Amino acid sequence: MSDQQVALVTGASRGIGAAIARALGKQGAVIIGTATSASGAEAITAHLKAAGVNGVGMALDVTQSEQIDAVLKQISEQYGDVTILVNNAGITKDTLLMRMKDEDWDAVLNTNLKSVFRMSQAVLRPMMKARQGRIINISSVVGHMGNAGQTNYAAAKAGMTGFTKSMAQEVGSRGITVNCVAPGFIDTDMTAELPEEIKAKMLERIAVGRLGQAEEIAATVAFLASPAAAYITGETIHVNGGMYCA
Amino acid sequence: MSDIEQRVKKIVCEQLGANEADVKNTSSFVDDLGADSLDTVELVMALEEEFDCEIPDEEAEKITTVQQAIDYVNANLK
Repeated sequence: MSDQQVALVTGASRGIGAAIARALGKQGAVIIGTATSASGAEAITAHLKAAGVNGVGMALDVTQSEQIDAVLKQISEQYGDVTILVNNAGITKDTLLMRMKDEDWDAVLNTNLKSVFRMSQAVLRPMMKARQGRIINISSVVGHMGNAGQTNYAAAKAGMTGFTKSMAQEVGSRGITVNCVAPGFIDTDMTAELPEEIKAKMLERIAVGRLGQAEEIAATVAFLASPAAAYITGETIHVNGGMYCA
Repeated sequence: MSDIEQRVKKIVCEQLGANEADVKNTSSFVDDLGADSLDTVELVMALEEEFDCEIPDEEAEKITTVQQAIDYVNANLK
């Protein structure tokens, strides 16, 4: 791999994405973290600076192709082509299927899955030319075990797995690896929203007996992004404290 | 050799890692130059970049030899 890695992390303003941005930064990559709003992007810039990481926040709505093109152009002009893409941006619109609206389904599939297609395609050409690249998709244990109230989210995350395996086969010969990291129950704003009794129930199922920390996901992503992981592709690494054994 | 022919052959050499001597007008990308499906897609993308044009998928499928690439560029570029 060339000396300077350029890592693009979507949804980097908080939680797992913020931890991934820090971890890859500590590993020496220049970090571009994205958030949907300009204020979110500014917060990322400040956060990276505070963590002693070389990088910047940029505003990006991953459902908007024009924005993706514009951001990638800016990155390549200022920092060079993206060599590590972490598709982390995601949302939830939880409700039982009986009550799920088209909008709930579309919003989650569009933000969580179609964005992976768009982003991966957008960074691919320079990676193919460079004969190197890392694409790491943050899926979820829910995509593998299912979860009542999350048919949309689980479908999007399971879709990511199939996408990852297929893309890995397409681009493996060009030195590009494509993998998933599937977090279990991690202590973030997203899981903080869950009702207490659901949390208690989930905890019972976690062998390690506690919630995971965002840094524990980030460490796995950093490994997959490193030269040491060059022979791992099309794979999902589960980081869930034994909540689900794939 | 025309300018376009030269540019096409240069791209074919670069993309497929072929020797200049092996890249003849009649050469088939897959059969003679050992390209796989991804190579041919990359090749078309490289041609698009070089000649600043967009080659539709149904046209791209028909470009299987060096001469066909040269013909396409000649016919579609002014």
